[in-house]
Amino acid sequence: MVQYVMPSLDLSFAALSDTTRRGVLEQLGRADASITGLAGKFHMTLTGMKKHVAVLERAGLVVTEKVGRVRTCRLGRHGLEAEAEWIEAHRKLFEARFDALDKIILEMKQEEEDGPANA
Amino acid sequence: MDQQTRSHPVAQNRTAVERKSDRELVVTRLFDAPPHVVFRAWAEPELFRRWWSPEGFGITLLSCEMDVRTGGKYRLEFAAGGTDTMAFHGKYLAVAPDERIVWTNEEEDEGAVTTITFEEQGGKTLLTFHELYPSKEALDEAMAGSAAALPMQLDQLDELLPTIGE
Repeated sequence: MVQYVMPSLDLSFAALSDTTRRGVLEQLGRADASITGLAGKFHMTLTGMKKHVAVLERAGLVVTEKVGRVRTCRLGRHGLEAEAEWIEAHRKLFEARFDALDKIILEMKQEEEDGPANA
Repeated sequence: MDQQTRSHPVAQNRTAVERKSDRELVVTRLFDAPPHVVFRAWAEPELFRRWWSPEGFGITLLSCEMDVRTGGKYRLEFAAGGTDTMAFHGKYLAVAPDERIVWTNEEEDEGAVTTITFEEQGGKTLLTFHELYPSKEALDEAMAGSAAALPMQLDQLDELLPTIGE
C-alpha cells in the first residue's frame, strides 16, 4: 500500500539537511529506484539507506511501495491529498504551540490576579 | 476532555486550520484569558519564545528578536538538527495593542502577510491567525511542503528544485 506522510516544513528541512538524502531526491527525480539500488549507488549499507529513506518518507518527500520483496521509492506526490495532509501537519504544529501558549496564559492570568492592584 | 462552551457555539477550545481561499490560510483558537493577556504572549519575545517552538517537532528556537511596533522588525532563528539553521524575518506593518498584529514574511520572495487578531468573547479571546499569500501559486507551493518552500540557505536546493517540481 502506498503511504502518504506529509510534512510540516520543519520535517522537510531536517530531511534535506543531509547530502546523501539530497542526492537520493536528485536520483529519484530521474527515475524510481529500489532501496537496494540506492544503497549501491551511494555506497551504503542497506540499513543505512533504509534510515535515510525513512526520514525522507516521514517528510513526505518520498513515497515507498513494497511489491513482492522489493521496496520501490519515488518522489512524493503533490496535489489534493498532499494538501489535506499538509493542513493536518500544520494544525498539529499550531495545536502544540497553542497548548504551550495556553499554559503560559494561565500563568500570566494567575500573576495578574495575585499581583498587587494597579501599581 | 473538551470543556463545554456555553455561550458561543463558534468558539471551541480547539485549533482549526482552513484554506479559506486560493490565497488565504486561517488558523483559529479560543484562549481562556482576555485579549490583553494573549496579546502580551505574542508581543513580548521572552514570552513568545517559550511557546512558538514546541517540543517534538525537531526544531529549536535559537534566537528571537522582535520589536513589536508598527514599522518594527523581527528575526527568528531556528536549529533544525545538525549545524543547519533557518531564519525567519520581516517587519510589522501594523500593531494595535490587544487587537491586531500584521507582519510580513520576507525569507521568501513570495512570502505571506500574516495578520493575527484578538477578539474578546465573554472574557476569553478568539485568536485568528490569517496568512494572505500574494498568489494562489505561492500558497500552493508553501503547501507542497517540499523543497520549494524552504529557505534559500540550502544553496544546493536551487539545483534540486526542477527535479522535484516535475
